[in-house]
Amino acid sequence: MGKLLSVRDLKIEATSYPPGEPPRRISIVNGVSFDLEKGRVLGLIGESGAGKSTIGLAALAYGRGGVEITGGEVTLDGTDILKLGKSGIRGLRGRRICYVAQSAAAAFNPAHRLGDQVIEATLRHGLLSRDAARKRALDLFRMLGLPDPESFGRRYPHQVSGGQLQRAMTAMALCPKPDLIVFDEPTTALDVTTQIDVLAAIKHAIEETGTAALYITHDLAVVAQISDEIMVLRHGDMVEHGPVRQIIEQPVQDYTKALVNMRSIRHDEAPDQSGALLRMENISASYGDGVPVLHDISLHVPRGQTLAIVGESGSGKSTLARVATGLLPPSAGRIEFGGQVLPPARKARSRDDLRRLQLIYQMADTAMNPRQTVREIIGRPLTFYEGLRGSARVARVKELLDQIEMGSGFIDRYPAELSGGQKQRVAIARALAAKPELIICDEPTSALDPLVADGILKLLLRLQEEQGLSYIFITHDIAIVRAIADSVAVMHGGRLVRFGPKSRALAPPFDDYTDLLLKSVPELEIGWLERILATRRRESAGH
Amino acid sequence: MTGFPATLPRPRLWLRRRFPLLARIAERLLLSILLLLTVSVLIFAGVEALPGDFATTYLGQSATPQAVANIRAEFGLDQPVTSRYFEWLGNALQGDFGSSWASGNSVSEQIGNRLGNSLFLAAVSALIAVPLAVGLGVVAVRFRDRLPDRLINILSLAAISLPEFFVGYLLIMFFVVKTSAAAFPATVYDSMSLIERLQVIALPVATLVLVVLAHMIRMTRAAILGVMSSAYMETAELKGLGALRSITHHAAPNALAPIINVVALNLAYLIVGVVVVEVVFVYPGMGQYMVDAVTVRDLPVVQACGLIFAAIYILLNMTADILAIIANPRLRHPR
Repeated sequence: MGKLLSVRDLKIEATSYPPGEPPRRISIVNGVSFDLEKGRVLGLIGESGAGKSTIGLAALAYGRGGVEITGGEVTLDGTDILKLGKSGIRGLRGRRICYVAQSAAAAFNPAHRLGDQVIEATLRHGLLSRDAARKRALDLFRMLGLPDPESFGRRYPHQVSGGQLQRAMTAMALCPKPDLIVFDEPTTALDVTTQIDVLAAIKHAIEETGTAALYITHDLAVVAQISDEIMVLRHGDMVEHGPVRQIIEQPVQDYTKALVNMRSIRHDEAPDQSGALLRMENISASYGDGVPVLHDISLHVPRGQTLAIVGESGSGKSTLARVATGLLPPSAGRIEFGGQVLPPARKARSRDDLRRLQLIYQMADTAMNPRQTVREIIGRPLTFYEGLRGSARVARVKELLDQIEMGSGFIDRYPAELSGGQKQRVAIARALAAKPELIICDEPTSALDPLVADGILKLLLRLQEEQGLSYIFITHDIAIVRAIADSVAVMHGGRLVRFGPKSRALAPPFDDYTDLLLKSVPELEIGWLERILATRRRESAGH
Repeated sequence: MTGFPATLPRPRLWLRRRFPLLARIAERLLLSILLLLTVSVLIFAGVEALPGDFATTYLGQSATPQAVANIRAEFGLDQPVTSRYFEWLGNALQGDFGSSWASGNSVSEQIGNRLGNSLFLAAVSALIAVPLAVGLGVVAVRFRDRLPDRLINILSLAAISLPEFFVGYLLIMFFVVKTSAAAFPATVYDSMSLIERLQVIALPVATLVLVVLAHMIRMTRAAILGVMSSAYMETAELKGLGALRSITHHAAPNALAPIINVVALNLAYLIVGVVVVEVVFVYPGMGQYMVDAVTVRDLPVVQACGLIFAAIYILLNMTADILAIIANPRLRHPR
């Protein structure tokens, strides 16, 4: 097998424009080198800002936004593509190197049919006749397991699901029979049960067509299923590069070891005997259009414990949180808090009712006023609920900053001057300022990098132990549920499919949906995908 | 479970799901009619609320109580407001706006003539302004943040900042008073040929073009830039497509809806801008007719002009909405 792609000492920079300061050059990739042989798959893994997407796009001689390739070589079959002119690069893109974007929903043009977009590059580069290209697209739709392949190409992007779009994007990349495909987090935006199908389709297509690939992701378990080799990146530097087995089983670098040993948190389930703090009975709810989103849901949160609500997007888990907080009054059912019936609408609740139940959002960014300092963000609920002002308020803000392990040095920072993890910590402090009994955490870690997310989870567990807090933890990540929950509620299509203590809810016998959900979560184990698919085939053959 | 409503499809929701395009267009039509009715009430009420009284103004010094009462009875002003409104609306719907209090002529006849003149002025302005604005918008995008873009930006900002009557007087000063390159006043007659008409209205058209051009350029530029920065344009580039193919095949279909919107909104503005410009250039159109009627409190004329301006404005906005709905593939091809 010959060398296909060779990257030597790649340096990439961008210009940043901090407000009120002169523009600055920042380095995004600092001299990364690797080789890729024909037909092999290299996984690029790292946290956000590690430079993995930037490297992937550099293989197409492309810099997104103000990004500039400032040094090094990217050689494809002996030609340095960075030295090619505009038309030379155009001749490579969409012909020898193709790209699969993270959000296929945005990457497809809403105004054209999927089939036309899939064959466009092939036609434009004159690789096949229109009929032959249509035929190839049809074969690819079949290979990728798309429903109704004959008519699939006539649909518009908005007419198919997210998982199907991602597969269609893969078909679009495969259509010109390229030598190399860059997959940029192709399954990150999908639900786990969808992700497994797309992953299987991509793996199958790579094997069938023999294309080489760069597979970019932040999920080590995913990349372990697809790649031959893994390269770990951090802050634009290569940390470790080796065969999949070596990286997973014998990592050398500390950072890689931390990635592999993630989810080191363990929290043993407490017995449910402390009585329910929050109890929701027969809750149904709908938004303005009268279409019900929640159907007859009954569950409770024991005092001082954590209820994890898991489900895919659209399962109604965030809607349930909105009902609990009174933002969306239910159309039927009742809510009890500490033994008292809670008014359904937020406006009918007393200030003390509001104080006892606080909320932490997924996007700490958008949940904070960018023009307020940490002092004001955390201080506001102190004034609102307790009437604290002046030095008493400052003292309490500092105390809260200590509790979230940030220290009083951050008190005059603006949200823009904080990292993602720090912002989420400030959001936690803001919730704590109200001295709540229950905090609803709506996917507070899903936008964070794994190691940072771990720190947030540890903080939440420590606070629970010290202050006897109860949590409703909304997530789609089973690993987090296993790590922190006492009881578990599984939601699907607006219904509660399963509810009980963790040990019972996550143990067989399973209902069909929970079984599918649990089995779809990628495990950090080579051959996991094949094993699951084989089990599925056996099961469907047995039926 | 107590009284949770089953998912009975309400007619509107059902229509929306089944025929999203038709349902939305029908909604717009209904809304426009409703809006027009509301506007008619406002116009009628507004005129009604004007201080002073036509009869007193009309009679001037000789306004004895008896004479005033006679005039009021003659024009039906002694009837209650609501019955006068419905009579006026009913007649207006049949194209009869009553007769002018000042001249006694039929308002509809007068308007027929002048509306044609105004629409001619607006149409000529639009024919020049729309292609020019879209073209300059594309130029601004092509040379983004470079000299042509900045020049277009600064000049259009300057043009926006000047009120149309001021632009009109400036043009008169330069092209009529100083150089006598253009004609003034812009009065047209029935006997004039098309060429003569065009010569005469050169300055009012220039004024109107300057006023709407800036806004259209800036909005076109923003619309195209919005489309150019979307992910599917990156996809096109990563497919190795040329700039021309990317723009015509991938950007244009998506930029169309916002551009149609901008154009229609500005055409509506053109119709309103006509009022002031016509007065400045003494052009015998609707605007001047309305302003003249206001000075003599000729209420039937004021009401008729107001209603027609409102109707054109609403019609253009509705057209913009409907075209934007049709341009949306999500509504054209429902799931």
